Amino acid sequence: MLTILREHVDAIIAHARRDHPDEACGVITGPVGSDRPERLVPMLNAAMSPTFYEFDSGDLLKLYREMDDNDEEPVVIYHSHTATEAYPSRTDVNLASEPGAHYVLVSTRDGAHESGEVEFRSYRIVDGEVTEEEVRIVDRYTDDSGDAAADPVPETEGEA
Amino acid sequence: MTAATPLPIQSPKPKVKPDMAVEVRIPTILRPHTGGERAVQADGATLSAVIDDLEKNHEGIKERLLENGQLRRFVNVYVNDEDVRFTGGLDTEISDGDTVVILPAVAGGAA
Repeated sequence: MLTILREHVDAIIAHARRDHPDEACGVITGPVGSDRPERLVPMLNAAMSPTFYEFDSGDLLKLYREMDDNDEEPVVIYHSHTATEAYPSRTDVNLASEPGAHYVLVSTRDGAHESGEVEFRSYRIVDGEVTEEEVRIVDRYTDDSGDAAADPVPETEGEA
Repeated sequence: MTAATPLPIQSPKPKVKPDMAVEVRIPTILRPHTGGERAVQADGATLSAVIDDLEKNHEGIKERLLENGQLRRFVNVYVNDEDVRFTGGLDTEISDGDTVVILPAVAGGAA
């Protein structure tokens, strides 16, 4: 299951609508091992294509360096499909290279870039195997273990 | 004029064969080849040689990086932060202490 902040869902949908008909892409990073998406990083689609996305290679290096410095990992990797459903294509599956990430797909097809609902779905893609998972949208993170008082949500601070 | 101190003969630097040790950063998806290590040492005077050396200690990694003797389209390799596609690809020269970073492309799409 993916637990994600409503503000991030809204921002991803807005990004996908803005870039339509090209595909939009980005990540949400979080502390290593936390499975908690905290820092949204919209990325440029270097392919600038309605059927393909790719992070710019320089941006990619910068992103991974930042994550290393912050002890973060990519918790969510998102992109949009602009004419097909929000389901991983063969290309998506072949190129998926973060087995620990939630792959979020949104679709702006059928006019959804202007109005109406944008499909928002999440998958695990491991060794070529796609598994859809439930998406739980929350206003803020609480500690599921019930130890909320002892574990306040740390703010993502851009310590550099 | 004869008093001039003779120039000391430059003693040639000891000709130790430079081993060009570099650190190679390994992405998550390739860590099964390195026993989980995030970074490993390798040597070689070019990227190509470094990859051959990696393969010696981490069998199978070369095939994940190369296809038909070329760097795979969706594998990015950086030497000192430069994408090797712009610095000579597999022929990119490596110097002692350089850092090599391997990152799979983050890519996909409906096509």
